[in-house]
Amino acid sequence: MSRLLTRRRLLTTGLGAIAGASGLAVAARLADRYGLIPPDHGGIYGAGETLTYAAQRLLTSRGALAREFSPSQISTVAPINGPVPSSLDYRQMLASRFRDWRLEVDGLVSKPSSFSLADLQAFPVSRQITHQACEEGWSFIAEWIGVPLSHVLSVVGASPRAKYVVFFAWDDLWESLDMSDAWHPQTLLAYGMNGVAALPPPHGAPVRLRVPRQLGYKSLKYLAQITVVDSVKDIGQGLGSISPELGYSWYAGI
Amino acid sequence: MRHSALVRVTHWTTAASFVALLVSGIAILLAHPRLYWGETGALGTPSLVDLPLPMILTGQSGWGRYLHFLSAWICVITGGAYVLGSRSHFRNDLFRPSGVPKYSAAQRITYITVVFVLFPLMIWTGFAMSPAITSVVPVIVTALGGQQSARTIHFVVANLLIVFVVAHVVMVSVAGFTRHVGAMILGRA
Repeated sequence: MSRLLTRRRLLTTGLGAIAGASGLAVAARLADRYGLIPPDHGGIYGAGETLTYAAQRLLTSRGALAREFSPSQISTVAPINGPVPSSLDYRQMLASRFRDWRLEVDGLVSKPSSFSLADLQAFPVSRQITHQACEEGWSFIAEWIGVPLSHVLSVVGASPRAKYVVFFAWDDLWESLDMSDAWHPQTLLAYGMNGVAALPPPHGAPVRLRVPRQLGYKSLKYLAQITVVDSVKDIGQGLGSISPELGYSWYAGI
Repeated sequence: MRHSALVRVTHWTTAASFVALLVSGIAILLAHPRLYWGETGALGTPSLVDLPLPMILTGQSGWGRYLHFLSAWICVITGGAYVLGSRSHFRNDLFRPSGVPKYSAAQRITYITVVFVLFPLMIWTGFAMSPAITSVVPVIVTALGGQQSARTIHFVVANLLIVFVVAHVVMVSVAGFTRHVGAMILGRA
């Protein structure tokens, strides 16, 4: 009796393990196909990261909008983390009010382009009053003025094969967004703040990213270049942005 | 004291994830140990309370947040299994005890509060700090008065849970540490 039970138990346990393993493999493939696995899915924290990213991607449609506020709710204090870029090139551009600044857009696009600040300002203007939370815990509400990234992606003809949009900045930081956030109507290339048509330099002049559905560090400042890609494996350490290289998660919808 | 296998496994998994949540929560808090009420708050704006924690141990929030969410998933999945899988335990031991009660009235009220009020509040206020989740269900943060209010409530409820855990361990020690911990590991007194 006990032998029989042992053998039966062994058999069912074995079959269960095989079914479980192949189920996991299928789930991983499906998750990858539907873009539910973040680039920093490795390591001991990877399972939690993947669950968080996948769950939030399944919950948040492209149309789900971050909360917007009234002008009276704009914070009087908008703190800044980090100095303006110290490179000579950046300081010269700042001195000449970014006359020679260009935003390069390349990669999986039908029309690689180079936009001046005036080019971006000539595009449809979008304004938002949104909440920005720093990963440290503090937060503020500000108005941001800019062009939706989706408009620029349409102008350059982003390929349907694209999986990520990668951003490079003058302070040597870089970030990336998945297409859900890249096409999101509130994702802005912001060139103005709180009613003023120019960004204060420490807030990322001349143009910064605004991603109001994620923590502040995803809203990269001092933009220099945008590259549309189908994989981030070959960029940096392949973790999707410099944030995981510094110990912070790639996805910061929290 | 007899505990079912489900109660024993979920008890220790919850205990481990609680410790991980506490350690990582402190790591995140150290980056900015000030609490606010409303939507916003930062250095240069009035705070509700400045916690007496040094602001020199910053920079721990990266791994802190990775670990916080990994252990939060473990805690929530375990908690779900516990609540769904031990309905008879809730009915017979906590809500409507019959015969010789396993727990005193104070214990029952405490356990029910921890399981059905404090833990759900932690999950709710955690979600309320997520700009992605509140883009889908904004009411979970507006009902609390704002993102910084959610952060403050998250902190206060975490402290209530710490008080519970300390009291729980003290009472177990007074009642017989080896016997009770043995019961929670092996299932029999």
